[in-house]
Amino acid sequence: MAVVTTSNKSCAVNPLKMSQPLGAAMAFMGIDRAIPLLHGSQGCASFGVVLFVRHFRETIPMQTTAISEVDAILGGEENLEQALLTLHAKAKPALIGLCTTGLTEIRGDDVEGVLKNLRAKHPELNDLAVVHVSTPDFKGSFEDGWAKAVTALIDALVEPPRKSPPSPLFQRGDGGGISEMPQVNLLAGCHLTPSDIEELREIMEAFGLKSIFLPDLSGSLDGHVPDDFSPTTLGGSDLEWVREMGSAEITLAVGESMRPAAAALEAKAGVPFVVFDRLTGLDATDRFLDLLSKISGRAVPDRLRRQRSRLVDAMLDGHFYFGKKKVAVGAEPDLLHALSAWFTEMGCEVRAAVAPVHSPVLERVPASEVRVGDLEDLESLAAGCDLIVANSHGRQASRRMGIPLFRVGIPIFDRLGAAHRLSVGYRGTMRLIFEVGNLFLESVGAPFMAPRLDESIPCHAGRPGGLPLREA
Amino acid sequence: MLSKVAEVFNEPGCDHNRAKSEKDRKKGCTRAAKPGAAAGGCAFDGAKIALQPIADAAHLVHGPIACEGNSWDNRGSLSSGPMLYRTSFTTDLGENDIVMGGEKRLARAIQEIVGKYDPPAVFVYQTCVTALTGDDVEAVCKAASRRFERPVIPVNAPGFVGGKNLGNRLAGEALLEHVIGTVEPEVTTPTDINVIGEYNVAGELWQVKPLFDRLGIRVLSCISGDARYREIASSHRARAAVMVCSRALINVARKMEERYGIPFFEGSFYGISDVSDVLRNIARLLVDRGGPADLAERTETLIVQEEQRAWAQLEPYRARLQGKRVLLVTGGVKSWSVVSALQEIGMVVVGTSVKKSTKEDKKRIEAIMGEDAHMIESLPPREMYGMLKDARADVLMAGGRSMFVALKAKVPFLDINQERHHAFAGYEGMVSLVDELDKAIYSPVWAQVRKPAPWERER
Repeated sequence: MAVVTTSNKSCAVNPLKMSQPLGAAMAFMGIDRAIPLLHGSQGCASFGVVLFVRHFRETIPMQTTAISEVDAILGGEENLEQALLTLHAKAKPALIGLCTTGLTEIRGDDVEGVLKNLRAKHPELNDLAVVHVSTPDFKGSFEDGWAKAVTALIDALVEPPRKSPPSPLFQRGDGGGISEMPQVNLLAGCHLTPSDIEELREIMEAFGLKSIFLPDLSGSLDGHVPDDFSPTTLGGSDLEWVREMGSAEITLAVGESMRPAAAALEAKAGVPFVVFDRLTGLDATDRFLDLLSKISGRAVPDRLRRQRSRLVDAMLDGHFYFGKKKVAVGAEPDLLHALSAWFTEMGCEVRAAVAPVHSPVLERVPASEVRVGDLEDLESLAAGCDLIVANSHGRQASRRMGIPLFRVGIPIFDRLGAAHRLSVGYRGTMRLIFEVGNLFLESVGAPFMAPRLDESIPCHAGRPGGLPLREA
Repeated sequence: MLSKVAEVFNEPGCDHNRAKSEKDRKKGCTRAAKPGAAAGGCAFDGAKIALQPIADAAHLVHGPIACEGNSWDNRGSLSSGPMLYRTSFTTDLGENDIVMGGEKRLARAIQEIVGKYDPPAVFVYQTCVTALTGDDVEAVCKAASRRFERPVIPVNAPGFVGGKNLGNRLAGEALLEHVIGTVEPEVTTPTDINVIGEYNVAGELWQVKPLFDRLGIRVLSCISGDARYREIASSHRARAAVMVCSRALINVARKMEERYGIPFFEGSFYGISDVSDVLRNIARLLVDRGGPADLAERTETLIVQEEQRAWAQLEPYRARLQGKRVLLVTGGVKSWSVVSALQEIGMVVVGTSVKKSTKEDKKRIEAIMGEDAHMIESLPPREMYGMLKDARADVLMAGGRSMFVALKAKVPFLDINQERHHAFAGYEGMVSLVDELDKAIYSPVWAQVRKPAPWERER
């Protein structure tokens, strides 16, 4: 159990925090044919676009209501209406995810009123779903915005359960017959990459389970090359499927931040839920697969048993290099928790843990203290550590301190493949061991640390012909 | 605030503005962003772009986390010394600060920065939220200046007053009001100049500065690439100035001429003949003001040498790039100057954007490209994609936002904006630009990625 402390500075230095509307916007980008719309100054959306473009290396559909100084004082309702009509006419999205900002929250624009009027005046918009989420910049963080957007999607779209006959969506692809497999929802936290989501889907499919993912970045921001240009997202959760989530047997929520969304779904449609606060590491993945096995009534498939065996082997091979290493981690709460727990399971000590915002999961981080603060805090706490774990902004501290950086979270703009980083399941955990282990190996700078096959094994220091313990 | 905005818009030095009718001019250059169809940054973004290159100063953003937290560390302006400008500072206002007012937090934040980092100056940026709640940033800065005995400069450019270009100018106003002319230079020379509107992205100032050095011309102050606070504060003693990057900081150049009698001209560091023009013009202004009489002649000698060398270096590319079609979509970089350079090595410019160009610019483009010059007022991503997909261009030169439009159409792309990693200024910069074009067009990946998978090929 960690003690959670808050930095009492008035000036955040090198912030780790990003704002709520961006988290909400990214969640909406996990819906097929969607456009997030930021109700604020044009800069709010523009900074978001630049951030996501640099991270994903993709075109990013995101728009703004372009609130001017006068609008900010007199009210931005007209801008909002105009933006919705323009987007509908130009881009024909299935969903507009409307996120407020600090600017429009202060005056308190009547967003619901605008939407109601718009519905009455413009029946041609009937097919357009508009989901509104309140995300002032002066509260919470990226993870909170994401979580709120997922809850808002559930509140706005999910329909009451349809028990019999089972949802027609689940009769497809099974030779025309009705699937006997229970339908499962998976609510994905913002710490999961498109590749993480794909990995989870493959695991669930291995059990024959039909699942609905919300949000699903693996269809939209996975870096595919479409045949045509689209001003909306291309891929992601299908709105029809989201509406069917109320008919599921169970909801699996990945990340503590997804608990409120799962609870909203239970309240609305009576779907029970289980929260996995992380899916990184052997034990966490075991528990996940055990549950899937119970839900599906199938034994864990051979393929996954093999993957588990490989992970066990990687842990055996890798543990030499992780033992007693001191690690400084700065990330949004769910990611901070998942990584810190895994580092601890590999034998590392999480010497410094910093999150940009409070969350119930912080107390579960295996460190003596978790600081709610910024990268300046992380830098001062990281003295003497062997590894800094943070987003690309951490590279400045890493360079100053001469401590290697392992990049996680958002934004990662100075490395390729941010969307394809994998850290869940047996395969993801194995990859983490290799990537981080190699960083440790490299920074040790001693090839002698690795067992060498060309020497007689075991070899003892001091034995003639044995290996020196240190590089001379 | 609104009157300041109107004043900055009604810029007499701006060709774009002068070319308008009296009525249009009164309307100002507002071109309000359209809800649901807007692209581009806000005034705060523009102000930060213009001032953050001042490398030894602290840059503190007063607002909720969005303005700084979502955007810091995303610009490529380089420093040859101090790195404090890359450290991000923000008051990260919470709900309480919004309700109770953020002035006290701002004052404490300045105190923390001075205590921990001891910068020669602190720039404090107003944002939409704090402007709306009425935090008096100017008063806090004034008090802090006295208390900490160093300049604490308010930059009043909240995002919602307009776009990036306006933010640039408002940043310029902050410099004019609080910085320029407040410090005397240790020494002055008859060949001191200011370079205004150059941000040293990817180190471009360093491609030009050696040319000035060789002529014995001293860059007293670059506003604001690789700048130190003191240099800008003492820039009022320059003998002449060159203003680059179109009209971003024209108000600074014009008012410095008015107040301190520093003549200026508008030039570009992109394109061979443009660089030569800059050198020629600056030499002429300096000589007119009593600079060394042989400066003009030495400048011509240097120009001949450098142009010959550049053309010789470009020659090998001619055969490879002859007839290749370029689509040029850019705001900041002067279209026509790059157009002429590309044409000189045999490339065909199939279109160029003129969104930010003046009538005069357009005439020059027409003169260079001929009557059927394809000038594009605006090019939405979908149309750009269509143009590229139909193979109507061999390469797209544009800002980073358009990169993935080109790449998804499987067309080579060259980044010529803010976030670029390569420097394209001066004579050697033009050679780099052509080399980058060559590298992009001749990458072996194009043939591979355009080829359909075997099972998709028609038999």
